[in-house]
Amino acid sequence: MGNRIKLKLKEDKKLLSIYFTAGYPSLNSTVKIIQDLEKNGVDMIEIGLPFSDPLADGPTIQKSSTDALINGMTTEILFDQLKDIRKSVTIPLIIMGYFNPVLQYGVEAFCKQCEEIGIDGLILPDLPLDVFQSEFEATFKKYGLLNIFLITPQTSDERIRQIDKASNGFIYMVSSASVTGSKTGFGNEQEAYFERIEAMNLKNPQIVGFGIKDNKTFQQATKTAKGAIIGSAFIKHLTENGENNIPDFINTIR
Amino acid sequence: MKYHVDEKGYYGEFGGAFIPEMLYPNVEELRQKYLEIMNEDSFKKEFYQLLKDYVGRPSPLYYAKRLSEKHGAKIYLKREDLNHTGAHKVNNTVGQILMAKRLGKTRIIAETGAGQHGVATATVCALMGIKCIVYMGEIDIARQAPNVARMKMLGAEVRPAISGSKTLKDATNEAIRDWINNPVDTHYIIGSAIGPHPYPDMVTRFQSIISEEIKWQLKEKEGRENPDYVIACIGGGSNAAGTYYHFLDEPEVGIIAVEAAGKGIDSGESAATSALGKIGIIHGCKTMLMQTSDGQITEPYSISAGLDYPGVGPMHSHLYTSGRAEFYSATDDEAMTAGLELSQLEGIIPAIESGHAFAIFQHKKFKPDDVLVLSLSGRGDKDLQTYIDYFKLA
Repeated sequence: MGNRIKLKLKEDKKLLSIYFTAGYPSLNSTVKIIQDLEKNGVDMIEIGLPFSDPLADGPTIQKSSTDALINGMTTEILFDQLKDIRKSVTIPLIIMGYFNPVLQYGVEAFCKQCEEIGIDGLILPDLPLDVFQSEFEATFKKYGLLNIFLITPQTSDERIRQIDKASNGFIYMVSSASVTGSKTGFGNEQEAYFERIEAMNLKNPQIVGFGIKDNKTFQQATKTAKGAIIGSAFIKHLTENGENNIPDFINTIR
Repeated sequence: MKYHVDEKGYYGEFGGAFIPEMLYPNVEELRQKYLEIMNEDSFKKEFYQLLKDYVGRPSPLYYAKRLSEKHGAKIYLKREDLNHTGAHKVNNTVGQILMAKRLGKTRIIAETGAGQHGVATATVCALMGIKCIVYMGEIDIARQAPNVARMKMLGAEVRPAISGSKTLKDATNEAIRDWINNPVDTHYIIGSAIGPHPYPDMVTRFQSIISEEIKWQLKEKEGRENPDYVIACIGGGSNAAGTYYHFLDEPEVGIIAVEAAGKGIDSGESAATSALGKIGIIHGCKTMLMQTSDGQITEPYSISAGLDYPGVGPMHSHLYTSGRAEFYSATDDEAMTAGLELSQLEGIIPAIESGHAFAIFQHKKFKPDDVLVLSLSGRGDKDLQTYIDYFKLA
């Protein structure tokens, strides 16, 4: 079987991907949230591995990470929660987190666990391209994991080409210069950026993240991109409505 | 063994630039240009002129006679406490504000722990007429009130960091987030020898004026450029980096670092990174840091806000693991006692951070003819309330 992310990207539709923080709102929410997201038509999931110092995240994801850690979430517990996930879930699953917890677990051990569980890729925003290529690319490959890189409106064309070349799935296109959850809606600046990227004809499809929160922003983002990722808005929904009302949220997006 | 940074931004296995892509353009621009800019004649001229006329350099190298008699060694103090704004921090902020101007930046952000770096940044921003925002942990805002007032008087905006332990680590997180949100017009003046490459090297080079001066000053006083030991306190490690810099490749010079042990290394309330840390990633660099087995960064503790940091600069991690430097740690009590002793033997009230360096005499015995240079990194005015409460002076 091929990598689930690659197969999903071949489907003729715009993809909705959801990020949530593992262990939030409660320690054992993880599996149920994943199952409910799939049942409600979500195409792909980023499972957030909580970190004490999430540099690229705004207050919403910071708080969910802090709460998840207070709830007792650890890398070990997350892997244990996910050990049977492939018995009930078929959509692509990605683990997203910061590099230090992965480094402490051991990069090879971490990747091996991911393969055993059926994780398809990793997003580690603070693992730089050059370090990944010189130290970890072979390990990721060995365990069938895609590494997803980010680009932003400030990323130069030259660097985007480099990242496109190094990528083997999709490119995570950060919509604007911001931490997560801080922008409200997309303006001319984002449209120009989306068009610039479209015109580059990259070999990897792009999935837009940061600032997607409702049907309107989802439509805007996926006009040129293959899909969009929602994080903070979904976590806010969990905070306000609990983990039993996931369809209410997903139905407002598509 | 090489102790300076290599071309890839590493000190041995420590350093590098572990940053999210959002920060890449700014950090990469800095990496490409910082050495070229620092080596420009016009830059050097302006930098040294400001250090002389504005900061008041060279700072004296003072022979501390009574302290020497007490501890049985020849003790010199490098008086960074006499700099404008009261600490070594201004050496770096003068350099970085000139750097920011040459990079065309119009907005400055900084993090601060004790407030010394915040004040030093607010000062140079006022000097250059540039907008300044300082992030400071909510707890530090409460315990360093005089410095908060100084920053405000200098026209800076002080924004509280309310996440995590609400101290230096969290202020740094907030400053990094601000930089992500403002990638075009803003320069981030990091105050310590930490952060993604090239920051540790750039900050160290700006602070290296300390050891540059020690060399010729000691030559005048002792007829030799190299002391037997250079001694400094370490939080992130900028005053230490500057104090050691020109002695790193002089094997006869012993390098001593004193970290903050807080209430004791095994108390659970400490900031002694070399004793309690292991290698990991914090604020964009690979270095020794205090963390759980799961890779979550631990909340440190020290009575001194400037040392209350769970990591240490990558250069220092390398000095520690390579054995080039001896690392000690001093508890709150030891540092406070040393601060009181310096006050009453020499008439100099040190910052509590610097007090840690002076606590070395409670841990190590020197020979009578050993020549020691201690970095007196800052003055104690900002800590008066803490001293008063601790020694019940009021």
